[in-house]
Amino acid sequence: MEVILALAIGILGGSGVWLVLRPRTFQVLMGLSLLSYAVNLFIFAMGSLQLDREPIVQPGLAPSLDNYTDPLPQALVLTAIVIGFATSALFLVMLLASRGLSGTDHVDGEEPDDGTAQLPRSGGAGTTAEIHNQEER
Amino acid sequence: MSLAAPLIERLMPHLIVLPILLPMATAALMLMLGDTRRPLKALINVLSCLTGVGLSIALVYWVLRMGGPQAVGVYLPSNWPVPYGIVLVVDRLSAMMLLLTSVIALASVLYAIARWDKAGVHFHPLFQLQLMGLAGAFLTADLFNLFVFFEIMLTASYGLLLHGSGWARVHSGLHYVAMNLMASTLFLIGVAILYGVTGTLNMADMAIMVPTIPQDDRGLLHAGAAVLAVAFLVKAAAWPLDFWLPSTYASASAPVAALFAIMTKLGAYAVLRVWTLLFPQDAGVSALFGGPVLIGLGLATLAFGAIGVLATQHLGRMVAFCAILSSGTLLAALGFGQPAVTGGALYYTLGSTLAISAFFLLAELIERAREVEEQPLYVSDTEPDDAFAYPVDLMPTRDVNLDDDEQALIGRAIPAAMAFMGLAFIVCGLTIAGLPPFAGFVGKVVMLSALLNPAGFGQDAQVSLAAWALLALLVAGGLLTTIALSRAGVRYFWAPAGRPVPRLRFIETLPIGVLLLLVGVLVWQADAVLRYVNATARGLHDPKEYIGTVVSTRPVPSPTATGEGGLRR
Repeated sequence: MEVILALAIGILGGSGVWLVLRPRTFQVLMGLSLLSYAVNLFIFAMGSLQLDREPIVQPGLAPSLDNYTDPLPQALVLTAIVIGFATSALFLVMLLASRGLSGTDHVDGEEPDDGTAQLPRSGGAGTTAEIHNQEER
Repeated sequence: MSLAAPLIERLMPHLIVLPILLPMATAALMLMLGDTRRPLKALINVLSCLTGVGLSIALVYWVLRMGGPQAVGVYLPSNWPVPYGIVLVVDRLSAMMLLLTSVIALASVLYAIARWDKAGVHFHPLFQLQLMGLAGAFLTADLFNLFVFFEIMLTASYGLLLHGSGWARVHSGLHYVAMNLMASTLFLIGVAILYGVTGTLNMADMAIMVPTIPQDDRGLLHAGAAVLAVAFLVKAAAWPLDFWLPSTYASASAPVAALFAIMTKLGAYAVLRVWTLLFPQDAGVSALFGGPVLIGLGLATLAFGAIGVLATQHLGRMVAFCAILSSGTLLAALGFGQPAVTGGALYYTLGSTLAISAFFLLAELIERAREVEEQPLYVSDTEPDDAFAYPVDLMPTRDVNLDDDEQALIGRAIPAAMAFMGLAFIVCGLTIAGLPPFAGFVGKVVMLSALLNPAGFGQDAQVSLAAWALLALLVAGGLLTTIALSRAGVRYFWAPAGRPVPRLRFIETLPIGVLLLLVGVLVWQADAVLRYVNATARGLHDPKEYIGTVVSTRPVPSPTATGEGGLRR
């Protein structure tokens, strides 16, 4: 259980960080979303991981963390999800505005002119830009 | 004020929640009004900001009246007992920051109603929501609630930054939002770790738990605090997390940038608040954890800001680098953890924030004067009015008088405009560079004299290397700022002989004048202000009374039940 959760957080967080560092705005958005998933799971993990436990006190069962799961992280995660959702939506709008105003989806608003977009690692990103350029022609 | 005292007494502790409720209610009210009712909205906004200033003054007055090293007012929303519910706390620092925020907000909104609020929709509601986030962040005593108010403030700031639209704003806004989303992620990680280690989110309760943390968990506690600090330092624009700031602040519309000046101070406030509560001088193993790092980052920020001011040519960016410089000074001074140095730093914050806000407003007036010269008769037919390709005030009307060169006679009616702008520029420059006779100088002198006499005047004590480094950087930073601003002053005010003078409207010069007048008042009343900030700093570095007052607050008993209201502890 702990290992699975740790792996999930690690993979989501790692992919998120990698995507955030990519040069295309949509990749950054996806990276930020993945990071927020990782953080949400992380908040859960901090509230002592339990299986099949309720956060609501029942009669006859002593109210301690041995019998229940901690309700506070659930409330925190809910708040964090709502806020993350809203800010991601806002980022998406700005991403579209940036694409519309600059004609490119590069985070700096202009294609790099030193050929770095053609590096083997960013083949997918280069293709996206080419498609965009073709659309504009 | 003596007449108001009984009223303030009666309103407490409900007065504490009012600075949050007022902007929220105002924003909600203005959202219901359509966008065609803009003059009404402007009126409501100004009235609300005026009331906000009144509320902050009442809170400052209250903490002054209560006296003591730590006058603390506690409000329990929904009457929940302390460690379970959210708590709002006003102390000297919160009251002072609230007053600073509300004054700057009033100045910004006055400047905005001259023309900037017409540059796009929903300026007024967003403005009030940002004030709500700022007030909440200054008042809350709960770590997760701090996150929520940070997000309210940030979300409103995203909208405000984009106000007026245009490529520059979208471009820098994209970076700004991405940066802050990352910072929010770190904020959540930090809060989660601290909750996992201490089992509470209430800052005062957490401060009680910290000394009892077992040695094995102490590393985790420190890691959590450090991750949280990174989130705060992004807001405080500490190097190397501040590259987003110059382009963002420079591209924001002037009144928005003036309001944003307080946001860097909010980051520093959050660092100061959490750090002094969790790791005070007597916290044993964790005492002043991270202090040297804070000093180092502050010094690097200070150096970066000073070099940036010197390197940039664009006036807006220059002011933004001044904000970084001021933030660096504050962070480095806070890192020493000495009450006397912190007191000086808080005084410096008041002066420099007011001056930077005024400078952002002034920078736009100066830039507008240049636009008059460069393209005097350009009127765009394609751009819609609200895109604000060109200031409405400066568009020559159809039957405008033309001089011999067929140039519009813009603004020659008020020759005092250039004099006002020049004087305001000098006051801003002297305050930010820390030269006498303005507030920046007094703040720096207080900080440096405390740094060089760590054991008090007349006592021989070893002055640390970091203190000497801060001294050298403060003096060098002041010199570089003076050079840069003098150069800018020469370029904008002396070089252009015969340039048409811009037309200034009273409503635009008033806020700049008021802000700079307050910088003067800070020097005039330096003794009273310094006594206040020194009491603030002593309370911060010895937070026992703060913690004690917060934890011992009991909910109001229910009128229908005989027992305690809410949950029992």
